[in-house]
Amino acid sequence: MNNVCIVGAGIHPFGRHDGKTGLDLGVFAIREALSDAGLDWTDMQFGFGGSYDSGDADAVLPVLGRTGMQFINVANGCATGGSALLSGYWAIKSGESEFGVAVGFDKHPRGAFNAEPEASGLPRWYGQTGLMLTTQFFGMKIQRYMGLYGISRESLGRVAEKAYENGARTPHAWRRTPVDLDTILNSQMVSDPLTKYMFCSPAEGGTALILASERKARELGLSGPTLRGVALRTRLNGSFEVFSPSLEIRRDPSPTVLAAKAAYEMAGVGPADIDVAQLQDTESGAEIMHMAENGFCADGDQEHLLRDGATKLGGKLPVNTDGGCLACGEPIGASGLRQVYENVQQLRGRAQQRQVEGARLAYSQVYGAPGLSAVTILEGSGATRGVR
Amino acid sequence: MPSSKPVAPGLIRMKDSEAALLGGRRLSDGKIVFPMPSGPEALLHKEIELAREGSLWSFTVQRFRPKPPFDGDGDDSSFVPYAVGYVELPGQIIVESRIEVSDPVHLRIGMPMRLVLEAYRHDSDGAAVMTYAFRPANEERL
Repeated sequence: MNNVCIVGAGIHPFGRHDGKTGLDLGVFAIREALSDAGLDWTDMQFGFGGSYDSGDADAVLPVLGRTGMQFINVANGCATGGSALLSGYWAIKSGESEFGVAVGFDKHPRGAFNAEPEASGLPRWYGQTGLMLTTQFFGMKIQRYMGLYGISRESLGRVAEKAYENGARTPHAWRRTPVDLDTILNSQMVSDPLTKYMFCSPAEGGTALILASERKARELGLSGPTLRGVALRTRLNGSFEVFSPSLEIRRDPSPTVLAAKAAYEMAGVGPADIDVAQLQDTESGAEIMHMAENGFCADGDQEHLLRDGATKLGGKLPVNTDGGCLACGEPIGASGLRQVYENVQQLRGRAQQRQVEGARLAYSQVYGAPGLSAVTILEGSGATRGVR
Repeated sequence: MPSSKPVAPGLIRMKDSEAALLGGRRLSDGKIVFPMPSGPEALLHKEIELAREGSLWSFTVQRFRPKPPFDGDGDDSSFVPYAVGYVELPGQIIVESRIEVSDPVHLRIGMPMRLVLEAYRHDSDGAAVMTYAFRPANEERL
């Protein structure tokens, strides 16, 4: 059995960083991760990396050293980071490699993303007439969900309130000031029912993870959580995804449901075993729907779980302990790896003011356009102690 | 009288009285698609007129002016928010559409909707560029 461990994790704080390129942020994260692992760049046998707006991740090579290593650029929408990690996982699991890096970085222009219809195989009129916006999709997905399952606007607000509370405790977060529920609910409406404070913003950041075979890690005295489950799935015909001029009437489960199921099976655990979870929260509604899609509750139960604080720090299942995308912003290439970085901190007992006591199994799920989801389940020693 | 034209060929049929939204029926299995595919895929489908009436499946409101390629009339300062939704055409397909409504506060999932044509922008020569929209069936055209 060739287990895969994360022996080093590095991050460049998310936010806005004038004077630094996206590449600079990625290189910074790799150096931090190598230093965390106690390894050198020359030890790396492979790299998988991606960015959406900051060029090819392969550009880290001239900066860190052209060692001849295998390096593959990854482009998979918002799940780029998750895809890089998945690729690195299999590179080691297969027995072909012992050390490698998964890296993601990005630096986006301010404001909502603008999309070119042709890039998604869609006709021009779809963009011209104002239908091709990710924000509209998010608004419509949660609007229908709220109607079907009785989720209130207050619940949307509570998710954001928690995100900014957690962000205030997180050194790598961008939004580090708590925002109260009324301010969130009454802020500018962006795409009904979602207000400005319920949406994350495109941001800048970089994350890197050093992966190692468990055997080699032990041999060298390195430590770190083990990857128990890693899965990526794409959409079915009947799932509701962004940039869809039409939908089939017969509905199918989302790619998140499929990826979650595969990852749980691979890890041999279930949702009730998870101690801490990082779920894609591009906006408040996404976190609510993803709680159910990842198996943590039944549809509609989020209403009372959020009211009772079940997903806050100290709750039954803390979700997005570093404030998620809402507090960190979303540099696409780095965002999925940021979730795993946070889980590594939790499992190594380094999460300080946001530490989940006794965390042993940590879950992360990144979802993105045009309809794919990647899930990882990490296992640590469980010897972590929470800070009260 | 100023002329009008569709935003794209093969999207809508601008008849004298009844407008229609065009979809495709896949020749192999009869599955309905929207929009009607173009290019080589078009050969595998037969163009059909979709149902003009359906029910609202979900909705939101576009509150800020989208970036290009959106090319609706006006600019940031004159932008008027518009509603967007999905409308289920019974037995056929669920289509995404601009929604014409006097006030979005009236929108409810499941409410009956009816197809209309909408001049979403005007050319430099004043010609109206038409796209499709759906409107609550119980609201009169303004």
